[in-house]
Amino acid sequence: MMNAKQSDRLATVVIYTLVGVVIATLVFLLGYILFQGVPHISWRFLTTASSNMTAGGGIRDQLFNSLYLLVLTTIISVPIALGAGIYLSEYAPHNAVTSFVRSAIEVLSSLPSIVVGLFGYLVFALKFNLGFSVLTGAIALTVFNLPILTRNIEESLEDVPNLQREAGLSLGLSRWRTTTKIVLPTAIPGILTGIILSAGRVFGEAAALIYTAGQSNINVSYTDWNPFNASSFLNPMRPAETLAVHIWQLNTEGVTPDAKAISAGASAVLIIVILLVNLGARGLGGLVYRRLTGKQAKGAA
Amino acid sequence: MQLTRTNAMIQDELTHSSRETRQDTRGRALTYLSIGLVVVLVVAIIYFIAARGVATFTTNHVTLSEFFGINWQPTATDSNGRPEVGALPMMVTSFSVTILAALVATPFALSVAMFMTDIAERRGAKLLQAVIELLVGIPSVVYGFIGLAVVVPFLRRLAGGTGFGILAGTIVLCVMVLPTVTSLAAASIRAVPLSLRQASYAMGATRWQTLRKVVLRAATPGIITAIILGMARAFGEALAVQMVIGNTTVLPRGLFTPTSTLTSTLTTEMGNTVPGTLQNNVLWSLALILLAMSLVFNLLVRLVGRKGALPS
Repeated sequence: MMNAKQSDRLATVVIYTLVGVVIATLVFLLGYILFQGVPHISWRFLTTASSNMTAGGGIRDQLFNSLYLLVLTTIISVPIALGAGIYLSEYAPHNAVTSFVRSAIEVLSSLPSIVVGLFGYLVFALKFNLGFSVLTGAIALTVFNLPILTRNIEESLEDVPNLQREAGLSLGLSRWRTTTKIVLPTAIPGILTGIILSAGRVFGEAAALIYTAGQSNINVSYTDWNPFNASSFLNPMRPAETLAVHIWQLNTEGVTPDAKAISAGASAVLIIVILLVNLGARGLGGLVYRRLTGKQAKGAA
Repeated sequence: MQLTRTNAMIQDELTHSSRETRQDTRGRALTYLSIGLVVVLVVAIIYFIAARGVATFTTNHVTLSEFFGINWQPTATDSNGRPEVGALPMMVTSFSVTILAALVATPFALSVAMFMTDIAERRGAKLLQAVIELLVGIPSVVYGFIGLAVVVPFLRRLAGGTGFGILAGTIVLCVMVLPTVTSLAAASIRAVPLSLRQASYAMGATRWQTLRKVVLRAATPGIITAIILGMARAFGEALAVQMVIGNTTVLPRGLFTPTSTLTSTLTTEMGNTVPGTLQNNVLWSLALILLAMSLVFNLLVRLVGRKGALPS
């Protein structure tokens, strides 16, 4: 038998060992992606179209598609999530209906993304006849994004002290006015951080997209700014393979000779963008907060 | 500003709602619309996938025992002329990788969580926390790619064969869910009141005794929730697993033979089938299982939450 001191020492050693293994894994993961990937990133890599059969392809279209889908998804999901978040935080009564709504959102947030993708495929690509397109992809990503964004907005609104609401209401403002003119502006930094962080998730999502935005690209012209032209890069009805889908595609069915190098480069691009997004979210949240609350940084006055 | 008001104005004011009320009604309607949309979406997802998923049994008259059989060959029929749509191999593999990943990830996640909350000094803990949060955001295809480029060749050298299989899937999923489980577990360990720890130390308990008998005990519901959510994520993960599992739909014979999960079969086969056919319907039945399991995980989290909320 060990005494208490010995078992404490043993447990400490075990915990340190396990933590060491985890840290080593994390360092290896990040190091592997960056060291394997970054040497492949060049201006040419980012601005050349991909090629299936020959080596030397780039990721131009995939990178653009990822960004385009991200923008469209944000445009569709933010207003809906704002409405839903305001409802839950400002209007929802404490009753069975509200708790049903909350469970529905919880269910939505825990659905596997492949299920969300298949739903988008079934309903929007097939039933509504939108096919494999940027629009179908953006709708699927919206479904995937909504619960997280809604909860984030609700939490940011609830963090605003009740005194602010009481002040607005006692001045005779309607509940809606109080919410949009007083509560919402106070909550904006938190909401913005949430939107940016969800953008990182959307940017890396692939399973929801393979049967909605599709796994192929058509030749698009980057000088045609009319979204209604079939060959325009802004046309939302064209199929669009994103960066994350491209990595998957290269590694499963691809016959591309330099698949590994391209995946490594594309993974590094993906990780770097998400890193920047994360850092940006933290920085921007603080900046906007200072702007809106009038607490200027030193020397700015 | 008018001080005297005509009767008509007063009547108007008394019988019509004010501008503020109208504004509020409009705003309220907007929020109802948004929340309604979200709820309709959830109901629609469940309805459409369930409707498609049961078609295998209602339209194609596949029996449940056939669906839980072990031969998956949807384009072929067996000697009795019955379609071979046994989905058991995929269910076994899905549950195996999920449970194994949770079993392997839990001790690591708990160690890191305890290290961050009770052992490391503040700066080290903060740094570790930031790295863990960053890892939560790494896309699953990147985990899959690293699995394919590093883990599979390593296992091939270690054990022979192809390297694809349950063990490769377990390793990839384990690394994938580790950050999620760690940060959730750390949050619940951190929430254990300091006074409990102080009481334990004051009675002469060592750090390990305090952690094991007081802190972990008190944080158990939160830790279980963290593990369930990690399992839910592992069970539903598609692409990362698909890249390393081997995609051969046979009952797994060990940790190193290629097999496939529910998600990997859906990913690879959905595009190759024609809507309305048996081959397609049975894939929707697999999707229905995924959906149902996601609801089960949700329910478990709820049950644990309710149990944990009881005063003990």
